Amino acid sequence: MSWWLFIIAALAVVSVYAWVFRTGGRAIRPNNPFFRDMPFTVAFGYMLAMFSVFGAIWLYMQDGAVFFRWAVQGFIIFAIAAFAFRQFGRYVGTAGTRKLFRQMPLTASFGILVIIIYAIFAIFAGAIAPYGQEEILGAANVIPGGDPALGGDPLYPLGTDQIGRDILSRLIFGAQNTVGIAFITTCLAFFIGGSLGFLAATLGGWLDQVLSRAVDVLMAIPALIFALLLMTIASVWANELGIPLTFFMVLIIAVIDSTRVFRLARAVGQNIVVMDYIEAAKLRGEGLGYLVFREILPNATAPLLAEFGLRFCFVFLTIASLSFLGVGIQPPLADWGTMVKQLAPFINFAAFAPLAAVTPLLAAGAIALLTVAVNFVVDWMLHKSSGLKE
Amino acid sequence: MTDRLLTIRNLKIEGRSDETWNPIINGVDLDLNRGEVLGLIGESGAGKSTIGLASMGYARDGVRISDGSVEFDGIDLVNASAATKRALLGKRIAYVAQSAAASFNPAHKLIDQHTEAPVQHKVMDRASSVEDGVELYRKLRLPNPEQIGFRYPHQVSGGQLQRAMTAMAMSCRPDLIIFDEPTTALDVTTQIEVLASIRDIVEQFNTAAIYITHDLAVVAQMADKIKVLLRGDEVEEADTRTMLSSPTEDYTKSLWAVRSFHRPEKPAIVTGSTPVVSLKNIDAAYGRVPVLHDVSFDIHPGRTVAVVGESGSGKSTAARCITGLLPPKSGYVEFDGEALPLDYRKRDKMQLRQAQMIYQMADTALNPRKSIGEIIGRPVQFYLGLTGKEKRKRVDQLLDQIELEPSMYYHRLPSELSGGQKQRVGIARALAAEPKFIICDEVTSALDQLVAEGILKLLAKLQDELGLSYMFITHDLATVKSIADEVVVMKDGRVIEQGGKSEMFQPPHHPYTDLLLSSVPEMDPDWLSTVLKERGVDNIGDAAVDKM
Amino acid sequence: MSSVLKIILQRLALGVLTLFIVSVVIFLAVNALPGDFAQSILGQGATPEAIAAIRKDLGLDQPLFTRYLTWLAGMLTGDLGVSFAQMNFQNSMGGGEMETVATQIAPRLYNTLWLAAVTAMIAVPVSIALGVLSALYRNSLFDRATNIFTLSSISSPEFFLAYILILFLAVLNPLLPSLSNIYDELSFAERFQRTLLPALTLTLVVTAHMMRMTRAAIINLLASPYIEMARLKGMSPIRVIVKHALPNALAPIINVIALNLAYLVTGVVVVEVVFVYPGIGQLFVDSVKIRDIPVVQACCLIFASAYVLLNLTADILSIISNPRLRHPK
Repeated sequence: MSWWLFIIAALAVVSVYAWVFRTGGRAIRPNNPFFRDMPFTVAFGYMLAMFSVFGAIWLYMQDGAVFFRWAVQGFIIFAIAAFAFRQFGRYVGTAGTRKLFRQMPLTASFGILVIIIYAIFAIFAGAIAPYGQEEILGAANVIPGGDPALGGDPLYPLGTDQIGRDILSRLIFGAQNTVGIAFITTCLAFFIGGSLGFLAATLGGWLDQVLSRAVDVLMAIPALIFALLLMTIASVWANELGIPLTFFMVLIIAVIDSTRVFRLARAVGQNIVVMDYIEAAKLRGEGLGYLVFREILPNATAPLLAEFGLRFCFVFLTIASLSFLGVGIQPPLADWGTMVKQLAPFINFAAFAPLAAVTPLLAAGAIALLTVAVNFVVDWMLHKSSGLKE
Repeated sequence: MTDRLLTIRNLKIEGRSDETWNPIINGVDLDLNRGEVLGLIGESGAGKSTIGLASMGYARDGVRISDGSVEFDGIDLVNASAATKRALLGKRIAYVAQSAAASFNPAHKLIDQHTEAPVQHKVMDRASSVEDGVELYRKLRLPNPEQIGFRYPHQVSGGQLQRAMTAMAMSCRPDLIIFDEPTTALDVTTQIEVLASIRDIVEQFNTAAIYITHDLAVVAQMADKIKVLLRGDEVEEADTRTMLSSPTEDYTKSLWAVRSFHRPEKPAIVTGSTPVVSLKNIDAAYGRVPVLHDVSFDIHPGRTVAVVGESGSGKSTAARCITGLLPPKSGYVEFDGEALPLDYRKRDKMQLRQAQMIYQMADTALNPRKSIGEIIGRPVQFYLGLTGKEKRKRVDQLLDQIELEPSMYYHRLPSELSGGQKQRVGIARALAAEPKFIICDEVTSALDQLVAEGILKLLAKLQDELGLSYMFITHDLATVKSIADEVVVMKDGRVIEQGGKSEMFQPPHHPYTDLLLSSVPEMDPDWLSTVLKERGVDNIGDAAVDKM
Repeated sequence: MSSVLKIILQRLALGVLTLFIVSVVIFLAVNALPGDFAQSILGQGATPEAIAAIRKDLGLDQPLFTRYLTWLAGMLTGDLGVSFAQMNFQNSMGGGEMETVATQIAPRLYNTLWLAAVTAMIAVPVSIALGVLSALYRNSLFDRATNIFTLSSISSPEFFLAYILILFLAVLNPLLPSLSNIYDELSFAERFQRTLLPALTLTLVVTAHMMRMTRAAIINLLASPYIEMARLKGMSPIRVIVKHALPNALAPIINVIALNLAYLVTGVVVVEVVFVYPGIGQLFVDSVKIRDIPVVQACCLIFASAYVLLNLTADILSIISNPRLRHPK
């Protein structure tokens, strides 16, 4: 109960400060619309924000708050990097990209920077990683930092995992495996869902009806559940046929995800198909190919690109979740989801060895960082395209 | 001056776009006395509505009053606190919006929305406000005034909603009402009724009003004085009669002159000649809903047939039957005396090429991702098989014909063109097929008057040069007068009357044609009074249509 | 009312039809397994007699259509069959009471529903309040900060959020247990405390979704001309929200809630595994790993039904709350 009393008291204190803030502001600047028309909720918000900032600074000073300090430092470093990247983009490149960077919010430039870094790691994983992903090198020692004083090993900057493989190398190869497979899956989903969606929108009639109803049914089963069900069956098939399970996983997730792409492509397509310029092209006697590829598709790129980002995140998270649950990308391939699962028990050592908890969070963080980055970029794209309409 | 109600001085308003503030209004002055009606007119983008809202001390999101003063009855609205403004709005200053259907809350009954302001501002209690509302509905000649208030907005027609909104604005007997294009979305026969009601009630309660519109003839009926705006600047202001008879500024004169564009009459059709397009007893339906009943008319070579009617009369559906987008249930379309396949998919290239179409909304008629050159070049290549330099030459020729400089416009995208220029590109795309016959579907109704006039002149010139036939779909009788040779009047999917223009504009007509013609506002400030006197207040608008 | 009733009945019929087709899909998917159930249950070393016996037991000698009908009838009457794991156990040990899938699932389903309820209790009020606030003060610093925060939590995998919470609330500051060991004998308070961490993880994900959708719905609504009209009538901001925006916001908000509860159904799987929470999601994952087909089928059907029903509820509630449909012309 003391918790509740504490919260109520804190809210009361903030309210008092808010009242003082607003009344004081009105007394000092009598006719300033900022204070005069300020609702109490806004004053409360200002004070709450002020107390939060003070609280954060106090926490930062505490000795025990190692992780909080790291989080704050990481945040500041990323913000500076994103800012520098945006400044760089504003002065380098073609007139078009420079203009793009000039209107870009910091979150979007952060996203683009992260995506570029991931792409480089994914493509050149073999050249960048110090060791192979399956090499068993030494004793398990999950302490990162490579500082012998703290128990680390300078040969393995992020430590070695539970059976002695280099974690840094596995993280880098994980970029290639996890991101690469997710990318291929998304492309496949877009190919299936996109082409069927546009076909349904352009032709309409019974084809549209059949496809839409089929998609409705498939979408009535939650994606992750359906994927797990199909993976169960696929694992038997994979044994029987000697085809890697990962191959089935790509197919299954692509098909499940293509239903979502179908919905969007059909909706976007239908919005374009009712335009007068499509009617003009139809009346001119143009064929289906010209209509889809020359008239509809060029107008659908913006929403489709944004959807690609969102779908990629979704696929990526589904694969990571499947791997985390032990039915996704199969060992010995390095994969972030599996790594999280295997290293997770070390979190419990955080209280006395903070560094030990870093390793499992690194893989999970790697997943989160990429999806956050993609989402930031997509958010900006959607915001931009909706802003242009007005 | 004791009867001065609203004084605006050097009003400057800015709008936010692309992270910067751009001027919308550049210093406008305005004076309004009690009981006076000021007409604000101008083309789209002139800033009429922005000034209207600013005179209530209100700016929409992304818009701010950057300078100047708005003084209402001695109260400075620009610097007033939110509470002060709230106490005035709805009580002493009221607003009537363009779209009544969207401005009434769908979740509440009309009468509840009507009584909200008087009850909240403590002018009346609810019961007397309901009583007063019924009285106002009666004054505004709403049918069934006792019950209509207890309906939800979506259960009431557009013209009636617009009057209910006027009643709502009147609910606290305000000193000032802002009318923001209240009749723009209505058909002419409904418009006249709403205009008469508004004018009546404003006069009765001696309310001051700012009447915003782009229609000169409408403002001539409503306003005591007129202010003309152009892109955020005042052009001139004078009392209504002076303004109509002797405008001083060139811009105003040109606005007035639009209405006087007329084509010379063409000689009568030679009897027995084959029409280019002929509709024979067409019946058509969307699904099971019938829209056309036994529609027949002819379009002869080199002539313009205007198809007139209000929304829902089936005029656009007739065009869809001709193009084959909506195959008729029965009847057929002849082209040069030969029956066309009903479905466009069954027509060959030659048949498709002969009939082209120009659309109302140039924005949706041009693919935003293609350059002007590609848009016009495609039919050139598709129908005539021209490629490379020959195609370019032909496109340049076409651009010359629509009076756009080829070297400047060939590579531009539609978004880089003005509305009128886009419409010209639409015309060029139709011409590129080298057709005999063009359907013009409300091609000028989305354009400002001056621009529309340019398009009409261009179409007339092209007809003279190329011997084209036009089917001109419109609801605007002024356009009909200026360009048509023959007129077809449609109502509820039937042809009511058809004939040559000169016959059509002279009595005797079919009663509906008569109603339609006499409902079109004219530039004469006494027009509305005259019509009301001739027909009687109960015999205009929907009431008159219903009696037919 | 009759037209509303008609639409609702149509939706209901459509929902039942969808569920029926979903059951066919699930059934057929499992029957697409190569080889034989019996073989896979007993493994390679089984005697032909044992296999034949099991085949008969499971009805595998019947035609596909008959098997589907028997299965569906079982599902509808609550007879979900016997799990392979149980069967194996009985085969090797012989005799004894067999635990059916139904008795296995029932307590876990209850646990999962409890977790979902705790999550919804926290998430729904918080996210709607945040959504409305950030819509009202859109483009303010508060709005931007919540935007970044919610985007980040949507983007993060559930297990990342779960481990972060474990790190801060269980390991570094031992406030809550990191393993949610739930059993019948627990008191309400203990149960609540042990559920709190998984519930908070789910809350983080669901709140972000719900808040963003609420914000979008409210912003869309505030842009409508009738809200401007209410302001121009001099109504106070609170009245504009309560009297003019809220009645119309009901439909979209109900929709948002139902959609996100449906989303919980998926999210619950990973979170249950992280916290070793004895819910249906964990059972499902365990059964997937050992290919216990009857359990997988039953869990799958339960998840799908919950999903379909929630979407159906959202549909029907938004029809009912639409004044245009409630008061036809």
